[in-house]
Amino acid sequence: MNKDLRNPLARARGLGSAKEGVSHWMLQRVTALGLIFLTLWFVVTVVSLAHADFDTARATLAKPWNAVLLIALIITMFRHAVLGLQVVIEDYVHTRWLEVASLVVIKFIAVLATLTGVLAVLRVALGS
Amino acid sequence: MAEFTLPKNSKIQAGKHFPAKGAKNVRTFKVYRWTPDDGQNPRTDTYEVDLDACGPMVLDALLKIKNEIDSTLSLRRSCREGICGSCAMNIDGTNTLACTKAIEDCGGGTVNIYPLPHMPVVKDLVPDLTHFYAQFASIKPWMRTQSPAPADKERLQSPEDRKKLDGLYECILCACCSTSCPSYWWNGDRYLGPAILLQAYRWIVDSRDEDTGARLDDLEDPFKLYRCHTIMNCARTCPKGLNPAKAIAEIKKLIVQRRSA
Repeated sequence: MNKDLRNPLARARGLGSAKEGVSHWMLQRVTALGLIFLTLWFVVTVVSLAHADFDTARATLAKPWNAVLLIALIITMFRHAVLGLQVVIEDYVHTRWLEVASLVVIKFIAVLATLTGVLAVLRVALGS
Repeated sequence: MAEFTLPKNSKIQAGKHFPAKGAKNVRTFKVYRWTPDDGQNPRTDTYEVDLDACGPMVLDALLKIKNEIDSTLSLRRSCREGICGSCAMNIDGTNTLACTKAIEDCGGGTVNIYPLPHMPVVKDLVPDLTHFYAQFASIKPWMRTQSPAPADKERLQSPEDRKKLDGLYECILCACCSTSCPSYWWNGDRYLGPAILLQAYRWIVDSRDEDTGARLDDLEDPFKLYRCHTIMNCARTCPKGLNPAKAIAEIKKLIVQRRSA
């Protein structure tokens, strides 16, 4: 059956505990909590702009608090998405190189997407 | 990747049919069969059991099948009263103990009986639990103390502290919960699973144990502990009515508690 002649206990103990995981767990919940409020604010803002023209929408976005909250939403959202995707990949991708590669790729994508979103908001807010 | 289809040599085929001649009160049992000796795929054999000449529990029916109908059927059983955990298997779609599951509680029609899900099968309804037991050993499930035992008495525990072990000490390690957990199916090599984590919490919360910090250190790991995604199959399936998911949540809370927010 199993050609691995190690004691089953050695296999169960494996490489031992990574002594981490609580930060990920905590941050996933804290960002989720933040997203509840930020998403509510975002939906209310977008709905209030339902019949507005481009200039009104742009001016609303350029207001300092709106710009700050939108940047906060973008950062929190992508951070939360990466934490969630990481769990999905760790759960289901069991080919080690593919797992590591996908974990790195989603982090690159999230950072780029965050920077892009933040830059877009800044350009609107700072008027360039 | 996670396995969503069975490998070719694990695909289940139709097996033999054993009718109950002349019986009036008949219940049909469809039982998973596989033996390592003949190189065949697994199959499900169908047994008709005369309930008028059979005890009330699923284990009674299985033993009647083994004794009177087909002696080649293999299963584990011992205490027949839900305290040894040997006869854990998947009955009617849910992991439970054959000895405490009444046949009449099995819904209508055929009763399907399979070994515990996603475990290597030794033969028929007998799963290989070697890794499960090794994981249990890995949490060092005994009292770990720095202070020597009192010379003339036991280590004392207040009634309040003893109460904290209720809902934990009853676990019989039947593996129903762990083998019902999708996280344990996909990552059972590293994830400890609900049964072992409940057992770990049993020692973490024991007021007489002095190694709580080291126990939490050993569990704080993305795979050993944090694969639990509160799916809750464990609490739903536990034949002893325990809640491993709650014990896991308590471990997570303690790990948060000892760090700065």
